[in-house]
Order: sequence, then structure tokens, then C-alpha cells
Amino acid sequence: MALITERDRLREDVTAIAELTNFNRSSLIPILQEVKAKYRGIDSYAMQLIADVLDIHPVEVYAVATFYAFLQPEMEGRYVFRLCRTLSCEFAGKDLVARQLSEALGLAFGETSPDGAFTLQWTNCLGMCDQGPAMLVNEQVYTQLTSPKVRAVVDDHRAKVEEHGARVPERAR
Amino acid sequence: MTVDTTIDTRVHGLTFAAVTPGDGLQKALQMSRGDIIDLVRDSRLKGRGGAGFPTGMKWDFAAAEKREPKYIICNADEGEPGTFKDRVILTDYADLVIEGMTIGARAMGASLGLIYLRAEYAYLKEHLEEVIDARQAAGLLGKAIGAIEGFDFDIVVGLGAGAYVCGEETALIESLEGFRGEPRNRPPFPVVSGFLHRPSVINNVETLAWVACIFAKGVEWFKSSGTATSTGRKLFSVSGDCAKPGVYEFPFGLTIAELLEEVGGENAKAVVVGGASGRCVPRSAFTRKIAFEDVPTGGSIMVLGPGRDMLEVAHNLLEFFVDESCGQCTPCRLGNGKLLEGVGMLMEGTCSAEYLGDLRALCNTMQVASKCGLGQTSSVAFCSIIDDFGGEIMGHAKRPR
Repeated sequence: MALITERDRLREDVTAIAELTNFNRSSLIPILQEVKAKYRGIDSYAMQLIADVLDIHPVEVYAVATFYAFLQPEMEGRYVFRLCRTLSCEFAGKDLVARQLSEALGLAFGETSPDGAFTLQWTNCLGMCDQGPAMLVNEQVYTQLTSPKVRAVVDDHRAKVEEHGARVPERAR
Repeated sequence: MTVDTTIDTRVHGLTFAAVTPGDGLQKALQMSRGDIIDLVRDSRLKGRGGAGFPTGMKWDFAAAEKREPKYIICNADEGEPGTFKDRVILTDYADLVIEGMTIGARAMGASLGLIYLRAEYAYLKEHLEEVIDARQAAGLLGKAIGAIEGFDFDIVVGLGAGAYVCGEETALIESLEGFRGEPRNRPPFPVVSGFLHRPSVINNVETLAWVACIFAKGVEWFKSSGTATSTGRKLFSVSGDCAKPGVYEFPFGLTIAELLEEVGGENAKAVVVGGASGRCVPRSAFTRKIAFEDVPTGGSIMVLGPGRDMLEVAHNLLEFFVDESCGQCTPCRLGNGKLLEGVGMLMEGTCSAEYLGDLRALCNTMQVASKCGLGQTSSVAFCSIIDDFGGEIMGHAKRPR
């Protein structure tokens, strides 16, 4: 039985995407998206490996990852809560929702829970301006947030973490 | 409690709902490539993303380029605060968008189309790919479309990663190529040297859907609404302090007062037209027309009710730009931060009239010296607030933040 380590798996994942574009630089962002989704962060080993596969300098990978809000290298939670802070959501009462969200998750904005379950962040306009306050939890959008709705969304995700743990499930990997 | 995740945008009377996908492409496929471009030029369709560049001219430039392959890119990086009409179009009328891309590809000789979808709309990717697959299966994409030998065209969806500046077309190209989304110097323009340094046309989602409608319903139909220089109709994303927010379609040339009446925002104090990069129009100017030649917009209308604090508005918009500036050029990277600091001083009542004058001058510098549209427009709303609400903002008493 072959023992596949996390590092081997990472190289397989990265190479599989790079192959689609014949190892062209244009696969860098799709690779970073994949790594971020599966491993929740992009550590320095991953950056060096990606650079090696694409034959570019590791600082190029770092420069791109740190540029984009959704590709930040730091480890994030299994579920990333992103609350919109832009004007229409502000008018709709995002400050109150922010306090409720922060309290329900036990996190300040910008923090990740120690068990790796949740991250709470601000985000800019989500294109839900007519039905704010709005937030994304990973790729799922929630609109017209109210106090009970915030509580229900958080409870819902807490139950998922309790059932499956904070790791990204194997079938999604 | 089960959480409702339906996306409940109210949509009011769109032409797109009355156009059958396929009609436009069928007509275009019977025309020569030159005639397609002439028709788009004749319609005087201007880009619906906000900048308003004539679509026919853009296509003509790309068609004249000899180098291949060529690309047509759909800009679905709808990040302008207060804008959500492209989300609705991509959800309900993706067929028309893809049809517009296909017609464009035929006209300019593009072999590949790319849809650059913002990360915040990742939940639409699967839907778009299904529409693309269905059109492939129907022979509307792929090899020899419409049995025209050599007309091979496919479309792929690329996902953004959370950067407002990537809505700027050269930053979008940088992002597609795997770089930081930092705008390029122009010229060369993308029609000459774009994605992978090949001729590329970048059109907004709504522009492409209108192309399909123009071919389906005719150029005279299109030109019968709007003004002489802003032909046709436009989708508006309406939010803020009004009774009926949602997506609306109006002809260009409508006054702001008329729009407010339709959406139930008659008592507004001001309207932010064009999003964070747009301007803040005071009540005294509600007779102005929404059109490229008067008050232009990519469709964002944020209504400010009588009780809104204009400094809070300026603060929110400038925080946005401080966060979203790519940092490449100095006027934008540092200027937005200084303006935000200035708004903070105004809020605390510690900004002198003289310093406000300095901030005004800084706005001018940013508008002239920034490299791309982000830095050139980020101070516009702040300027309009200084100019039109001077009494209100200078009258701020010191108060805790």
C-alpha cells in the first residue's frame, strides 16, 4: 500500500490544474483557488511548490495570493463568513448584524476560531444591495439578515462542524 | 429555523424577457462580418459597464487586427457598489449574453471567449457552464457554427478572486493571465494587445445581451428609445432609501426625479449615481438626465433619504477605495487614504476650511494623475459632497466616533 502524504497530494492537485493550460502562468489563480479551497490556506511550502510547477519565482506566487481578498495565504476557517460593509448594506443596518455575527461566532472581524471552524471577515459589495444586509458563507449568499436569521445561519454551520469536523471533507478534495 | 437562501431581487419589466435566444444569432449568421459591425455601429450602442465606449467601434478595431488568435471577454466582475443588474442578467438571461459574445466573435474573428466572473458570484459558475454546454449541444458554440466553415468558437468561465479593480479591463486581463490585478498603461489598447498580448475585446455583460436584442429586434427598434447620443434602454440597480428597490429598465434620458418616482424614492435628499466611482447628485439637480452626455452611470442608483449624513456616505465610499486601490500608482494609493483621514477630521469638526481646500486640490491631482479609472474617479463623490453639501459637512460638531 502506497502511503500518500499531504505534500504528494498537494503536488498532484497543483499539477493537475497546471496541465490544463500546458503549465502556462494563466493557471496560477485557478491553482491558488483550488489550494485555498482544499487546504484553507496557502503556506510557504505550497507557494514554493506552485512556483516550481509553473517555473516562476515563489515571490510571484506570494505577490498574487496576497493581492486578492479571496486568496489570502493565512489559514482560514472551514466556513468563512464575509459580511458586506458597502453603502447600501450600511443603510440596511449592517453594523447591528456585524455585532450579532461577532457575538454568535465568538470572533472579532478578521479572526479565525482556534479549532479552524470559522473565520469572520468584512467584504466589499456583494451585489445584493437591494436586499441587504448581505453576507457570503463560503459560496452561499444570505440576504436580508436579521437577528434570528444570523443566529440560525451560525447554528446551522456549527451543527455541520460538529458532525463533520473542521476539515474539508474528502469528497470535496 | 430554516434559512431562506432565495435571491429575491424584484425585477421590473425587462426587454430581455421578451427576446427569444437564437433569433439574434440566426440573423447575424446570415450577414457578412463587415455588415455585423456596421449594424452595431449604426445602433450607436455604448458600453453598459459605465465608461460608454461605442461597441461597434471597439469591435471594428479588433476586426482590423491581423494577429490571431483573438479573444472576446465578457466582463462579469460586477463590483461597483450598488450594482447588481449583471447578476440578474447572468441568472436569467445568460443565453443572450453568450449570444452577444458569439455574434462579436463572428464579427471580429475571435476563436475563444472568456467570461470573467467575480468570486462573489461563484455560485453562478455552474449555471453559466450549463448554458454553455446546452448551446454547444445545440450547435450554437463549437466547430463550424451555423454551418459556416471556419467559424469555430468556444467559451470558458474564469473566476475572479475578490478585487474590485479587476473590473478595469486591463487589470481584468492581468488577472486572467495569472498576475496581480494591476492596470496596464494604454496604449496599446486591448483591441490591439490584450489577453496573452493578442487582440481582445472586453464587453460588459449587459452590453452583450443588448447586442443579441439589437440583432433579434432590429436597429430601428433599439434607436427608437433613449437620446441621440445615448441610444436605447438601460438596466438600473436601485437600492437604498426607496420603497421599491430592485432591477429596472428605463430609456436613457430619464431624469433622476422621474426615476425616483418610479422606485418610490421621491423624498430623497441625494442620489449616488454610478456607484462609489460615480457622483452624489443633490436634490436641486434631480432634473438632470441620466445619459452619457449628462449624468452617466453603469446602472448603480443608491438613494439617500432625508436623514442620511453625507459624511458617513463619504466615509463609507472612501474606506472602500482605500481597501480596493491596487496600490500601483501613488496618487490613488496615498490619495484615498488622505481623503479618508480628511473625512474623519470633518466628522470630528477639526478640519479647517483651508485644509478642505487642500483636499479639494488633492482630488484634482488624483483625477488627473492616477493611472486607471479607479484613481481617476474615487474622489468624484467626495468632491460632489464638498461642493453641494458644504454647509452640512462644515457644520459637524465634534462628536464621538
